[in-house]
Amino acid sequence: MVFEIVAELIAERNDCDVSEIKPESKFSELGIDSLDTVEMMMSLEERLGREIELDRKVETVGEFVAYVEEQLAKAEENA
Amino acid sequence: MLSGKTAIVTGGSRGIGEATVKKLASLGASVAIIYAGSEEAALVLRDECKDNYGVRMAAYKCDVSDFDAVKATVAAVKAEFGGIDILVNNAGITLDGLVATMKEEDFDKVIAVNLKGAFNFIRHVAPHMIRARSGRIVNVSSVSGLMGNGGQANYAASKAGIVGLTKTVARELAPKNITCNAVAPGFIRTDMTKAFEGDERITSAVPLGRMGEPHEVAEVIAFLCSPAASYITGEVIRVDGGMAM
Repeated sequence: MVFEIVAELIAERNDCDVSEIKPESKFSELGIDSLDTVEMMMSLEERLGREIELDRKVETVGEFVAYVEEQLAKAEENA
Repeated sequence: MLSGKTAIVTGGSRGIGEATVKKLASLGASVAIIYAGSEEAALVLRDECKDNYGVRMAAYKCDVSDFDAVKATVAAVKAEFGGIDILVNNAGITLDGLVATMKEEDFDKVIAVNLKGAFNFIRHVAPHMIRARSGRIVNVSSVSGLMGNGGQANYAASKAGIVGLTKTVARELAPKNITCNAVAPGFIRTDMTKAFEGDERITSAVPLGRMGEPHEVAEVIAFLCSPAASYITGEVIRVDGGMAM
């Protein structure tokens, strides 16, 4: 689910088709720098209605998604 | 000039912070006053600015050196005001002593409040500014941090640290249209410098021959927060009567 939302956010930002966004896509190749990932994280927070703390550098869409899923699972455990 | 903008001012209840809160509010900004101990002063200032300038004001008690407390405070400001356009990191303390006898905890405490406090607020406010693709950050350094000052190893180190922090943040956030600058006040008439009032050794070191007033620093901070300073970032402006030139 997280991947679909992230892919949508990127497609919206880059004005491209969602199908072009793959887990292995590198942010650098998508023209997304590390500040942009911070921005994306905040958009994602809004979409999910949950707080996500991005405290590392992520290079691919898949890494970003895995990190967010890990955070969500942790929050679930603590709830 | 700043209407529609929301500002956070740390150490906002007294001294340079208080003058900055007043100045920003007088220019139309909504201001969140962050204070540590002086609750009454903060609440009086909040109400005074509300009455005089008709802007939205709020006061928050927060230990700036506490990462999680700052996170919660920034979230509260965001919830109350809807956005954060301006951050003024002014909170600072002194625990003076000669380096050869300075207590470890006195060194740590001053760094924690003055330097880490600024980092904490930038850390939690920056994501909002990145998203908004605009923002103004002004950090209050000191001439002590530029030229050193006997008896202030901790304070001078924290204020020199502010300069490095300012320039780094300026570089990192420039692509998102966020500026970060610092002011370096000299001897300004506040509670912090009470002990030096009337001391001729001090005023003789100042070419303009007198102590500065808090509002004279607030003017420069407000300028750096204003549209007039749109092409200035990573700069440190001394407001010291010429002392450190």
